[in-house]
Amino acid sequence: MTTKTKLLASTFAALAALPAAAQDLPSANDGVLKIGLIYTLSGPAGALGTQARDGFMLAVNQIKEIGGMPTEIIIVDDEQRPDLAADKARELVARDQVDFVVGPIFSNILGAIHKPVTETGTILISTNAGTSGYAGAECNENFFVTSYQNDQNHEVMGAYAQKQGYQNVFLMAPNYQAGKDSLNGFKHSYTGGVAGEVFTELGQLDFSSELAQIAAFQPDALFTFMPGGMGVNLVKQYSQAGLTSIPFLSAFTVDETTLPATQDAAVGLMGGANWAPDMDNAANKTFVDGYLAAYDAVPGTYAMQAYDAAQLIDSAVRSVGGDLTDRAALKAALHKADFASPRGDFSFGNNNFPIQDFYLVKAEKRADGKYQTAIVEKIFDDYKDNYADQCPL
Amino acid sequence: MTNLFILQLLNGAQLGVLLFLIAAGLTLVFGIMDVINLAHGVLYMIGAYLIATFAALTGSFWLGLLLMLPAALVVGLVIERLVIRPLYARSHLDQVLATFGLVMIVNEGVKILWGTTPLSVPLPALLSGSIPLIGPLQYPVYRLAIIAAGLAVAAGLYVVVNHTRIGMLLRAGATNRDMVSALGVNIRKLFSLVFALGAVLACFAGAIVAPILSVDTGMGESVLILTFVVVVIGGIGSIRGAFLGALLVAIVDTLGKTFGPILLHYIMEPAAAGQTGRMLAPMLVYILMAAILFARPQGLFGQRAS
Amino acid sequence: MKGIQHISARIWLSLLIFAGFATLPLIAMATDDPFLLLIGTRILAYAIAAMALDLILGYGAMVSFGHAAYLGFGAYAVAILNSYGVTDLGLHILGAVALSAIFALLTGAISLRTSGVYFIMITLAFGQMAYFFFVSLSAYGGDDGTPLQARSTLFGSDALENDRVMFYTALALLIILFAGATRIVGSRFGRVLIGTRENPVRMEAIGLAPFRYQLTAFVISGCMTSVAGVILANQAEFVSPAFMSWHRSGELIVMVVLGGIGNLTGAIGGAVVALLLEDWLAVLTEHWRLLFGVFLILMVLYSPHGITGALERFKGGRK
Repeated sequence: MTTKTKLLASTFAALAALPAAAQDLPSANDGVLKIGLIYTLSGPAGALGTQARDGFMLAVNQIKEIGGMPTEIIIVDDEQRPDLAADKARELVARDQVDFVVGPIFSNILGAIHKPVTETGTILISTNAGTSGYAGAECNENFFVTSYQNDQNHEVMGAYAQKQGYQNVFLMAPNYQAGKDSLNGFKHSYTGGVAGEVFTELGQLDFSSELAQIAAFQPDALFTFMPGGMGVNLVKQYSQAGLTSIPFLSAFTVDETTLPATQDAAVGLMGGANWAPDMDNAANKTFVDGYLAAYDAVPGTYAMQAYDAAQLIDSAVRSVGGDLTDRAALKAALHKADFASPRGDFSFGNNNFPIQDFYLVKAEKRADGKYQTAIVEKIFDDYKDNYADQCPL
Repeated sequence: MTNLFILQLLNGAQLGVLLFLIAAGLTLVFGIMDVINLAHGVLYMIGAYLIATFAALTGSFWLGLLLMLPAALVVGLVIERLVIRPLYARSHLDQVLATFGLVMIVNEGVKILWGTTPLSVPLPALLSGSIPLIGPLQYPVYRLAIIAAGLAVAAGLYVVVNHTRIGMLLRAGATNRDMVSALGVNIRKLFSLVFALGAVLACFAGAIVAPILSVDTGMGESVLILTFVVVVIGGIGSIRGAFLGALLVAIVDTLGKTFGPILLHYIMEPAAAGQTGRMLAPMLVYILMAAILFARPQGLFGQRAS
Repeated sequence: MKGIQHISARIWLSLLIFAGFATLPLIAMATDDPFLLLIGTRILAYAIAAMALDLILGYGAMVSFGHAAYLGFGAYAVAILNSYGVTDLGLHILGAVALSAIFALLTGAISLRTSGVYFIMITLAFGQMAYFFFVSLSAYGGDDGTPLQARSTLFGSDALENDRVMFYTALALLIILFAGATRIVGSRFGRVLIGTRENPVRMEAIGLAPFRYQLTAFVISGCMTSVAGVILANQAEFVSPAFMSWHRSGELIVMVVLGGIGNLTGAIGGAVVALLLEDWLAVLTEHWRLLFGVFLILMVLYSPHGITGALERFKGGRK
C-alpha cells in the first residue's frame, strides 16, 4: 500500500468510527406497535397488492388493537419496482423504525427488501412471495412466510397431472425467477412427457404465438403460471382460440383477483391453492363474510395470507405481553403460529415457512353472480416444502 | 412446423396492422409537424379505456366503437390545442419533456378515473369463435377481423394520401413544410387535422385490441417504443414506410420468438439454445433497426435524415 | 470577460453545493435520521448522471433518450464482477466504464449518422435493447434483478458498508468527475463540440469532422453515467433492469433541463431539485406523477431555460 492510499484508508476508517447514527436496531419499546406494509398497489398487478392490503386491514379492524397495543400501520406502494422497494423498505426500517415489515407480493421485490429489513433485526413477514433460496440455505430467523414456498402450488398441479396419467403436457411461464421456479415445481411431481416449454416475456399481454404452438402440439394439458393481468389475457385468449378442449392447469392464474375480469371465460379452469373461499370452518366464515361486507368482493389467497399475517403478529405480541425488546421470545412466539387460520391446519417448519394442506381448485360462478375458486379435492396433506432440509435453523 | 409457421405469420400480420395504425399517425406528426410525441402510446391506451367504458355503458361493442371514435377525435383536438400547439416552434428537447409530462399525467389520470384494476371488454358475439385452418389448427375470427380492419384502414389512408387534396398537402408537408405554408395553406388547421387523425387511428388500434387484451395503464408503453422502431425503420413521414416497417417489425418479432430457439437448436445444445434464443428474441427488432439504419440512416422510405 | 465571470460564478455555486452536501451527514446525525444519507447518496449518483448527460445534451445538442442504459451497465458491472469475487470499487468502475465505452461506441456510431428526432428515437430504442438484454439475463435474476451480497470494497476494506463513508465516496466521485467535465468543456475539444452544436456545417468547413468529436463526447458521457450506476448499485445494494427503463432516461433529461442545459452546475442542481420534488410530491399524494407531469409541461411552456434561466430572469427583472 502506498502512503497515499494508506492515508485514504485511514481517513475512511476514521469516518466509519464516528458514532454510528442509529444504524443498529432502534429501541422498539415505545409503547406503539408499528407495522409497515409494502405491497404493489399500482400498475397492472395493483389488484394483487390491494387485496393483500385489504385482507391485512380487515384483520386489523376486526382485532382493533393488534397484540393488545396501540397500532400504527404505514402502507407503502412498491410499484412493482425492486429498486424503489429496497429504498422504501430502508425508509420503513431506518426512518419510521417499524417493528414488522409485512409484504410483498412479488418474489423480485422480496429479493430486494429481504436483506435491508432482516439485517437490522426487524421482522419481515412475506404474505405471498416465498422464493426457494430463503426457504433453504438462506433461511433467516427474522423472516416468516404466511403463504407457501413458491414451488408448492405448482407441485400440486404436477401431482394432479401425474394422477390423471397425462403423458404430454405443455408448460408455459413468464421469463423470471418465479416462472422458472414454477415449472421446476410442476416437474418435481410430474414425471410424464413435456410437449413444449415456453418462457414468455414478463408482462406479455398477447399470447397468440404461444397459443399457436399449443394448438399445433395438441398436448394432453397445458400447465401455466401467469399472475395478474397476464393471466387475464391468457384465459380470455385461450377460450377465444378455441383451445378449451385441452385441460387448463394453472397456479396464480385463475383466482379471485383475475376472475372479475375473465368471468365466464375462466369457469371450469383448474388451479392449485392452499385455500379457497368456500372452505367450511368458523375462521374462514369470519374472514370471507367480513371481506365481502367490507369490500364487496370475494377475497383471494393474497387477502387470506395477509389476514393471517395480522393474526400471526397479534398472537405473538400478545403472548410476549407486548414486550417487543426481547427479540428471541418474540420470534419463538411467532414460530408457534398460535392462531386460527381460515385455511385450517397451519404451522411453521424449521425454516419459518408454512406446513399446510394443498388442494385442486376450480373456478365457478357463485349464487350472488360473483366468481370464486372452489375446492375440488385435497392433493397434499400437511405438506412441507422441499428446501426446509437445507435450512440450518 | 409449417402449420406453426402459418399461424405465426398470421399473428405477425395482426400485430403488424396494429403497429401500423399507431405508427401512421406518429409518422405524420413527426414528418409534417416535426413534433416528437412521446404521448402517442397513451392515446392507444385511451382508446382502449374509452371503448371499455362505452361498451359497458351501452352493452354493445359496436355502439361502444361508434361512440369511441368521436370521443377520440375530441381527445386528440384537446391535447393538440393545450399541449402540442405551443410546442411547434420549440426544440425537440422541449417537445420530449412536455410530452413526457403528458405521459405521466395521462397514465396517472387514467388510474384516478378508472382505477388500477385491469378492465376487460367482451368480444362482439358476431366475431367470437375460431375458424379451422389446416388440420387441427384454428384461428380466432376476431384476430382475422383485426387484420382485415387494419388493411382496410391502410387502403383508405392510401386513397386519401394519394388521391385527395388533403393527401396532397400531407405529402407536400412531409417533404417541405415551409413551402406548403408559403403557398397560403392554413398550416395551423392542417396540423390540428393531422394530429387528430393520428389520435383517432391510435385510439382505434387500442379499441379494437381491447377485447383480446386486458385494458390497463401500462399498455401504451411497450407499444410506443415498438412504434418508434417502426417509424424509424420506415422513414419519418412515410405512410408506406410505416406500413411495411410495421409488418416487418411484427413478423420478425413474432417469428423470432418462436423459431429463434428452434433454429438455434441446430447449432447449440438444447439448453443453451433455449437460453440464447430467449435472450436474442426481444432484441431482434432492435438489431434489425440498427442494421437498416446502418445502411440507410433515413429509413427505408424516408425523405430526409432529420 | 463577462463569460469568464459567468463561469467562475458557476464554479462558486458548485462549491457551495458540494459544501452543502458535505454537511448532510452532520444533519443526519443531529436529526437522528440515517435515511437522509441513503437519499443523499442516491441524489449524488443522479447528479453525476445528469452532469454526464448534460455534457452531450447541453454542449453537443445530442438528446440521448437512452442514457439510463449506462446506469444499468454500471450497476451490473458491480453485480457481475462481485459474483466472480472481484469486489474492489476501482475495478468495478473500470469494468463499468469498459462496458459502457463499447456500447456507446457501437450505438453512438450508428445513432450519430442521424440527428434530430431520429437520434432521439434511435437512442431510445438502443436503450430498450440494453434493457431487454438484462431482462433476459437469467444468471443475474433477469427481470427480478439481484441483491448484492455486500457493497464494493475500498482498498480491501469494507468501509463502504458504513452509509456515511458510502456517501462521502459518492461525493468525492462527483467532485472528481465535475472537475473533469469542467476541463473538457473548457478545452479545445469542448469548444469544437459547442461549435458542432451551433453550426455543424461551419465546423466541417473549417476541416473538423463533427462526427468524431460527437462520438467521443457520447462515449465519455456514457462512461461517466456508468459511474453513477456503480454508486446506485452500492446505495441500493440491489441491481435490476429497472435502473435502465426508458422512464429513467426521461427523468435524467428532466434533471438536465431543470438545471438549464449546457450548465454542469445546473445539471447537479437539477438532479437535487428533481429528486427532492419527487419525494416531496409523493408525500403530498399518491398521484404525485400527475403533479410532476403538470409541473414539467408548465416548466417547458413558461421557463424554457430551467431553474437557472428562471433565476437569471428574476435577477434581470430586479435590475
